[in-house]
Amino acid sequence: MDNLTNKEYQEYAKKKVPKPNYLKNSIRAFFVGGTICLIGQIIRNGLFRFGFDEKAVATGTAIIMVFLGSLLTGLGIYDKIGKFGGAGATIPITGFANSIVASAMEYKREGYIFGVAARMFTIAGPVLVYGIGSSIVVGILYLIFTAGR
Amino acid sequence: MEYITAFIVGGLICVVGQILLDTTSLTPAHIIVTFLMIGVVLGAIGVYEPIAEFAEAGATIPILGFGYSLSKGAIEGAKAKGVIGAFAGGLESTAGATAAAVLFGYIISVVSYPKSKS
Repeated sequence: MDNLTNKEYQEYAKKKVPKPNYLKNSIRAFFVGGTICLIGQIIRNGLFRFGFDEKAVATGTAIIMVFLGSLLTGLGIYDKIGKFGGAGATIPITGFANSIVASAMEYKREGYIFGVAARMFTIAGPVLVYGIGSSIVVGILYLIFTAGR
Repeated sequence: MEYITAFIVGGLICVVGQILLDTTSLTPAHIIVTFLMIGVVLGAIGVYEPIAEFAEAGATIPILGFGYSLSKGAIEGAKAKGVIGAFAGGLESTAGATAAAVLFGYIISVVSYPKSKS
């Protein structure tokens, strides 16, 4: 074992890591992700029934889904959904809310500034940095490409 | 009908994420950011709009939809207010969800504790 090079060790470790069950994981992700989107659709249709316009409905649905994701994380339920559903729980916006609460809760002992408030953005921070940054680039590019018309 | 399309399209998007998770060394955080960026690009080139009209929540609830909403907002802002709109538009269109995530995330983190891993 001592005379393995780094590369050889990595190949050795790769063989030892159990292969995930691709089909089972994908089916689970499909059902969990699909169900979360179905719940989103129910909320969306409900808000339309209250007479909100398209923009308000889209925002309202996102707010309610973020609330549900945060709440279920706080109650320890989203963790179980995530263990079962994998990416099916990560990719919906409820997973974004989950990433905020999960890391903020974990670091509460570091205080309310550097613990909770800072750690909320362990994953949400990169999402906002890349999301907002690239949206500005898109807006500017739009102006450049439409300037000549 | 829209319940079925939302379920299937939303589910399929998550399957793509699951396959990436299982076959690459990307972490869930990488997947979230990657999907967000794909949403921004697909929104910018106008591909995501018809998907969102067809699948509704199936396309807007996945994080792809957040990216789509950001770039759609930035383009609308740019159309209406030029450069200033390009800066403000993305955040304007996603302000509700972002603010909700900050507020609810904070309150729920303060009042709840991680479950002991027994």
